[in-house]
Amino acid sequence: MITSFVLRALNGRITITIAILLAVAALVPALNILVPPGNPFHIPTYAVSLMGKYLCYALLALALDLVWGYCGILSLGHGAFFALGGYAMGMYLMRQIGPRGVYGDPILPDFMVFLNWKELPWFWYGFDMFPFAMLMVLLVPGLLAFVFGWFAFRSRVNGVYLSIITQAMTYALMLAFFRNDMGFGGNNGLTDYKEILGFSVQAQGTRAVLFAASAVMLALCLLLASAIVNSKFGKVLVGVRDAESRVRFLGFRVENIKLFTFVVSAMMAGVAGALFVPQVGIINPGEFAPANSIEVVVWTAVGGRGTLMGPIIGAVLVNAGKSFFTGAFPEFWLFALGGLFIAVTLFLPKGIVGTVEKYWQARKATRKASETSRGGDVLTAQPQAAE
Amino acid sequence: MTEETNAPRSLLYLDGVSVSFDGFKALNSLSLVIEPGELRAIIGPNGAGKTTMMDVITGKTRPDTGTVLFEDTIDLTKRDEADIAQLGIGRKFQKPTVFESHTVWDNLELALNRPRGVYSTLFYRLSGEDKDRIEEILATIRLSHRKDELAANLSHGQKQWLEIGMLLAQEPKLLLVDEPVAGMTDAETAETAVLLREIARTRSVVVVEHDMGFIRDLGVKVTCLAEGSVLAEGSIDFVSSDPKVIENYLGR
Ligand SMILES: Nc1ncnc2c1ncn2[C@@H]1O[C@H](COP(=O)(O)OP(=O)(O)OP(=O)(O)O)[C@@H](O)[C@H]1O
Ligand SMILES: [Mg+2]
Repeated sequence: MITSFVLRALNGRITITIAILLAVAALVPALNILVPPGNPFHIPTYAVSLMGKYLCYALLALALDLVWGYCGILSLGHGAFFALGGYAMGMYLMRQIGPRGVYGDPILPDFMVFLNWKELPWFWYGFDMFPFAMLMVLLVPGLLAFVFGWFAFRSRVNGVYLSIITQAMTYALMLAFFRNDMGFGGNNGLTDYKEILGFSVQAQGTRAVLFAASAVMLALCLLLASAIVNSKFGKVLVGVRDAESRVRFLGFRVENIKLFTFVVSAMMAGVAGALFVPQVGIINPGEFAPANSIEVVVWTAVGGRGTLMGPIIGAVLVNAGKSFFTGAFPEFWLFALGGLFIAVTLFLPKGIVGTVEKYWQARKATRKASETSRGGDVLTAQPQAAE
Repeated sequence: MTEETNAPRSLLYLDGVSVSFDGFKALNSLSLVIEPGELRAIIGPNGAGKTTMMDVITGKTRPDTGTVLFEDTIDLTKRDEADIAQLGIGRKFQKPTVFESHTVWDNLELALNRPRGVYSTLFYRLSGEDKDRIEEILATIRLSHRKDELAANLSHGQKQWLEIGMLLAQEPKLLLVDEPVAGMTDAETAETAVLLREIARTRSVVVVEHDMGFIRDLGVKVTCLAEGSVLAEGSIDFVSSDPKVIENYLGR
């Protein structure tokens, strides 16, 4: 059962993309570590981390696409799940600092000593253990998504209203995390990490491994997303997007379908955040900013929503553009992003991947039509997709 | 006890059902009984409450007052859409609603009466039996030759048929069909009448229609609604000669 579920996910294009991601996971670290700095093929460490960051964004966009592109739920709060995953990882990294902090307290992170706290708050317990922290990376965003979705989908909050309350959710979390007495480092957030699993977070080798982990995790999540959208469940999902009431009157529980997808997606976003934090070295409440969540929507729209490749390509391209722009003309970036979104909405409503796909299908259709009109036995020559 | 007490006397039983929207009574103490195996036609002017009646039966709208029973005992006013669909009530919307970005085949596969939970659908595999069933429905709705095409590419009439096919795949005991021939050519209309009679051999069907020729073709008991309640009920000749029906509906 599981095998057929996974095999169904591996259609041609997905297999190729996964292969590319795995190759990148091996090649980039190799070019960073094995090729000496003077060589033109050498990739500097800062670039490795930068690309690792893009891959985390790609995973976040993939997560959003699962709910938006396939199920029609425009979440403007996915940045919150990303940030929560990031905070869970950040808490682990803080606990790893141990007595090496500025104040030298063996248990309490610096900011708590600074606030004159005497004891570790209960919600920081267990974060010194990596497996526990990783569990929280999944559970915290998943639980928030579950509670939020439970109420929203049961009371049939749809469309713009749902988008607005997701924005409100991430905004409320941002305000909460800004407060010092919440116990998450206030506006400075969590930073100055030293080690992850005993390896220095600054070391070249650690950075290479984190990059590879990001690429492998993106490949795994792509496989999972593909298995979901290619199953009958995935077809129901698209049905919910296109004609929700039809799905209901066929006897499906739309609220459960949405809830499951929303929770899976939130967990993926959490994983992306957890991989992001050690590579950038900080997590702070700014990650909850409503604008961040909106940017994710732009990446997904640019790449092509409702396709699996689209969000990945969109996230990488837009962020590479952002790195270039903010270096060259920092004051123009926001205008460029806004302009890009408008241009895509007007001229490429299906995004880059959607447009290319449409072009290919049209070409295939005309070719098939012209071959059929020539009277050949082409139809029998084309194998049906294997079941 | 006689044997008959086991079989439900009525499949669908509506009594004194009222629905109002902002004070406007869309249904006004409506009463209606559909027997098992019956094919019933419902006519009535625009705004008579025909669609609202279907909304009440399928759980989309809660009535303010009144009784709605399925198979004599099941209170439909306490159930939601998914529950009611699973009980065996299928519904075709007034505006044809199919999954446009899926193929004709996938539309039917989704509608097929199989476990509908998250887990079952994630791991669902098309069995030989399900395949045969879909092929059979495709033949019934005359769409076998277009099974691999996107539903978006079908003609209006074909979409109506596909939606009827989806209801068949659902294997309902009662089928509610809202204006199935709206926008169809005469040939398609005639064929739809044949199709519905075929379907009604094995289940109850309630058809709402404005097309009097089509209703005549069906040749079944007719109920005329107006202003949210039943105006007349009987054969088409009886109903269409009723002065109230002529005044409220046919004469207009
Ligand atoms: N959700 C709603 N809110 C407010 N008014 C409604 C709603 N649904 C229906 N109505 C009103 O209730 C009345 C009955 O509508 P309904 O759609 O049931 O009529 P109908 O008999 O199906 O008409 P038609 O032949 O045009 O389809 C109409 O006046 C309509 O405007
Ligand atoms: Mg109507």
